[in-house]
Formats: sequence, C-alpha cells, structure tokens
Amino acid sequence: MTASDFSTVLPEFLLSIFAMAALLVGVWFGKDKLASTLLWATCAVMLVLAAWIGLGGSGTHQAFGGLFIDDAFARFAKVLVLIAAALILAMSADYMERRGLLRFEFPILITLSVVGMMMMVSAGNLMSLYMGLELQSLALYIVAALRRDSEKSSEAGLKYFVLGALSSGILLYGASLTYGFAGTTQFAGIIEVVKAGQLPMGLLFGMVFLIAGLAFKVSAVPFHMWTPDVYEGSPTPVTAFFSTAPKVAAMALIARLMFDAFGQVPGEWGQVIGLLAGLSMIWGSFAAISQRNIKRLMAYSSITHMGFALLGLTAGTVFGVQAMLTYMAIYVTMNVGVFAFILSMERDGQPVTDIKSLNLYASREPTKALAMMILLFSLAGVPPMLGFFAKYAVLTAAIQGGYIWLALLGVLTSVVAAFYYIRIIYFMYFGKEVEPLDHRMPAVQWGLLVASALVTVFGVFNLFGIEGAAQAAAAALVN
Amino acid sequence: MTVFAFAFYLFAIVAVVAGFMVVISKNPVHSVLWLILTFLSAAGLFVLLGAEFVAMLLIIVYVGAVAVLFLFVVMMLDVDFSALKGELARYMPLGLLVAVIMLVQLGVALGAWKTADMAQSLRMSPMPDGMTNTEALGMLIYDKYLYLFQTAGLILLVAMIGAILLTLRHRTNVKRQNVIAQMHRDPAKTMELVDVKPGQGL
Repeated sequence: MTASDFSTVLPEFLLSIFAMAALLVGVWFGKDKLASTLLWATCAVMLVLAAWIGLGGSGTHQAFGGLFIDDAFARFAKVLVLIAAALILAMSADYMERRGLLRFEFPILITLSVVGMMMMVSAGNLMSLYMGLELQSLALYIVAALRRDSEKSSEAGLKYFVLGALSSGILLYGASLTYGFAGTTQFAGIIEVVKAGQLPMGLLFGMVFLIAGLAFKVSAVPFHMWTPDVYEGSPTPVTAFFSTAPKVAAMALIARLMFDAFGQVPGEWGQVIGLLAGLSMIWGSFAAISQRNIKRLMAYSSITHMGFALLGLTAGTVFGVQAMLTYMAIYVTMNVGVFAFILSMERDGQPVTDIKSLNLYASREPTKALAMMILLFSLAGVPPMLGFFAKYAVLTAAIQGGYIWLALLGVLTSVVAAFYYIRIIYFMYFGKEVEPLDHRMPAVQWGLLVASALVTVFGVFNLFGIEGAAQAAAAALVN
Repeated sequence: MTVFAFAFYLFAIVAVVAGFMVVISKNPVHSVLWLILTFLSAAGLFVLLGAEFVAMLLIIVYVGAVAVLFLFVVMMLDVDFSALKGELARYMPLGLLVAVIMLVQLGVALGAWKTADMAQSLRMSPMPDGMTNTEALGMLIYDKYLYLFQTAGLILLVAMIGAILLTLRHRTNVKRQNVIAQMHRDPAKTMELVDVKPGQGL
C-alpha cells in the first residue's frame, strides 16, 4: 500500500475508523445512554465527509491496483448517499428513542453500511464490488430486524436476509462466469475482452446473472418480492433508509458495472435493463393501487421509481447516466420529506400506517398537509414540481436511445401511479371525519418535511446546480 | 522409485483408502477419525507440492478445529445410525441412478476439458521467484489485496455486532459471578476450622 492508495480511500477509512471508535465508546460507557449522542455525531461526521468529498475531490484516481476507483461519478453518488443517510438518521432519533429502539449500535450499523455503499460505487473489480455490497447488505439485514420483539420486524429481517443471500449467490455465479470467460475480475480487463459489439456467450450469461443479482438490491421487478414485506415490517426510520441511500448506491453500482466492464456493448445490457425497467414501472404502479398501508405503498412507489431510474440507464448514453443521477438525487429529496411525514403519523403515541387515518388531515394541519401534497404531486410527476423534471429527463434519454416504446410505457404507468398518490391527497383534503392523528411532530422532522417540499417547488429553477455535477459525473463514467 | 514418488504414493493411497473408510464405517466416531487421517494425508500431498502454508492450514483448521467439532457433534447427538442405514437401502437405487448420471456428466466434461497453456507450469511452481509459498500468499493477502482483506474484516465485525444486537438480552434477577467480591472475601470470616474427634461427629 502506498501513500497515494491510502489518500484515495481516506474518506472510507475515516468513516470506518469513526464507526469502530463509536463502537468502543458505546460498549465502554454504559450501553444505550450515549446512543443519541452517537447518532448526532454520526450525522455530523457524514455531513462533513459529504462536504469534503463534494468540494475537495477532483480528477480520477485508482487505488490498490484498480480495486478502487475515485472519480466524479463515485463522488456524486457518495455525496448523495452520505447526505441521505445523515438526514434519515437525524429524523429517526426521536422515533427510535420513544419506541425504545435507539440502541447505540443503530448509528454504527448505518455508518458501516454507508461505508459499504461508498465501496460499492467506487468498485473497479468484481471482488471489491462484492465485498462492498455484502458489507452494506449485512448491516441492512440487521437493522431491518432491529425491533426484535416484533414478529413483523423479525420476519422482515429474515426474509431480507434469505432473499439477499439468494441474490448474492446469483451475483457470485455471474461473477464467476464473467471471470471464467474474461480471465480477469478487473472491469478494465473485462472491457478489453469485450471487443466492440461482440460479447462471447459465456460473458453474456455472466452479465445477465450480475444484473439479476444487482436488480435484487434496487428491487426491480421480477426481483422485488421482498420489498413490500421488508418495508412494512422494518421500523419506519429503517424503511426510510432502505428507500434512499442503498437504492442510490445499487443504482450507481449497476451503472458502474455496465459502463466500465460492458461499455462496449450497450445494446446487449440495454435490453435486459430495459425489460427490468418496463416490468418495474408496470408492476409498481398497478400493485400499489390496492395498498392501504402507507409503508407498503411507498415500497411499490420505490419499485416504480427504480423502474424510471433504470430507464435512464437503458439508453446507454452519457445523457442517460446524467438523467439517472439527477433522478436519484430528486427521488432521495422527495423520499426524505415523505418519510419525515410518515414518521410523524401517530395516534395516542402509537404509529399509524393506514392511509385512511389521514382523512381530513388538511383541516387540522394545513402546513404539513400542503407540504405532503406538494411531495406527493412531485412523486407522481405532476408538472410544476421537481419530480416532473426528473421523469422528463429519463424519458428524453430513453427516446434518444431509441427505446420509444419504453418511454411510452413510462408515461402510461406514471398516469396509473398518479392515482394512488392523488388518493392520499384526496383523503387529506376531502375525506370523511375520523379520529384525528396526534398533532405532535418533532422539529427535525417538520423541518425536513417543509425543506423537502420547498426544494421540490423551488428546485425547478436550476435544480440547485445538481445538473452540472451530474453531467460531470456521467462524463467521468462514460468514455 | 525416488523418495518423492514413494511419499506421493503413500499419501495418495492412504488418502483414498481413508476416504473410503469414512463412507463405509459403521461407527460414526470411526468415520470422523478416518476423516482426520484423510486430512493429514492431503496435507502431506500439499507439502509435496510445495504449498506448505495450505498444508499447515489444513492440519490446524480442519484437523484441529473442524474435525474435532464434528467429533463433539457426533458424540453429543443421539442419532440412531442403524435406523439411518435402513433408510439408506430404500434410497439406494435412486442414489445410484444419480451417481451414474453425475459420472457420465463428469466424463463428458472431462472429455472436452482444455487447460490453459500456462496452467501446467503454474501448478508446478506454487511460489514465484525468490519467495517461499507462504511469503507469496502473504504478499497477495496483505499487500495486493489488502483492501479486500480489511473489508472482509469489517464484514465480520458487522456480523458480530448483529449477532450481539439481535440476541443479547440483559436479564434481571440473575445471580452473576462477582470476581472482585470473591477475591476480597476474608477466609477468617467465612471459614471455620473444626477439629472433629473420630467417631463423635459435630
């Protein structure tokens, strides 16, 4: 290991050191009294790292003989992952504390899974890809089962673990086929073997298996079956985490693998990813119609949104990657706000997840209802909100890439998906009288909900400069 | 016959015979003991290949830990092996069929097998120039793939945290050993020496 290797992985190194130090502190100084302090410290560290990576990094560096790549693409995804994780942690503090779930291991596990995600988006080798993926998944399995006295939470953890292990198996099978036929696990070496427009049969199989394994992680149909149950059973802050940071990391990893290792044959993987995108959009929007539980509904919503993000990748162009990155950034922003709202849904101090409980919510809480309405319209992709521009970008990319039928499908399914978002708005504004929800909402959650709604409205002017960063990131990946 | 060839045939024959005995032994404890002999012979074969590190690993990990664990499990589990043997006879035809199919498949695969040009020479030299096998492995694990090695460590750490977080419960009303209190007990206060006369009792 040389000094330059070390300085390239410094952010990941510092974050893991922080996690281990926090673990020592937590174990040494009595149990869970420090949990809240550790949680806020973790938020601060993540935000500082995000600022450091976002503002300080430049150029493309490789470390450990190509195992680790630090480029503009990786930095974009890392900043997004770190900010998402920090915000979710910040809004979960109150919820976890009052349910007695705020164990000091919670922020540490989230930190370690974020380290895994940062390794994933920087992977330059099938081995480092797998190690990063496994680090983040293993931590996520544990936090899914965090509420261990609840049957649903244990079920969620176990289900996620078993299906996650299956997906890891599929991924490894694909990796071994790829290694066998390419003779190397290095992305840079695989792309040498894949001569322009020609993909050996064995590598094609390996690639499809790799995509299938990764599709589990972004919960793309037909590899989505774990999503609703895990989203429903996990504690709500964990659900919020699942639907943001890991999705960004897995999506970035798919893009990285496709362009760095199979960049010569965009047509071959374009159709596979296009199929996943189409099925996700259809199934995510139709299956959500019958859902009454807002967490399950958000699960299907995330499936639909992942379909749209994959649509951007399908095109296989620089603009497609840029559209996908912008989409993920906007998706994370909206989800942070929506989950801040869901976390505050309580009646007599007990969490409520039935969407019927939101009946006539607007008459009691006009501000929160307005913010939620903006976010839901944005998720549905209604024009003046940010969500529309995200969808517009990926649809444009798909049309430019020649996938017009997929773009049409995207427009149609987003109309269907709009139905269940608007139904919540209908309940909030015109529903029947029901027993009201609690008024209480912690300042952090309120702040994030309102901030997220404001960003969705005012972001339309210049997207807060995300566009330029996404463009640079996409250009760094595709060359 | 050179010493090398003699050693090879010795280890190879012992390994095959012991492996066979693992399967046909009536007593499961004997099976485990035969398994240990198989491991030891395989370790000998590794030494002959020049892969002394793997040989030591085999002895320390497989013989020292895994096989002994097997032994414990076999001795502790109350399994009626004669009943299992009875089951075996029932499934024998199906098992044989599967075995034959697998043998044919293996034959087909081996018939079409082509090794890479370098494979033969690579296999003959498990150590690069000027380096022992152990050194070469160390260079790979702790130098070239240090990043992966450390990540593996993190993954194991997460597994450990998870196992503790999900299963550890601090029970109340449980009597625990207090080592400090034990050490500070004063024998003079808690122990009494009584001189008992024979045949009288206390």
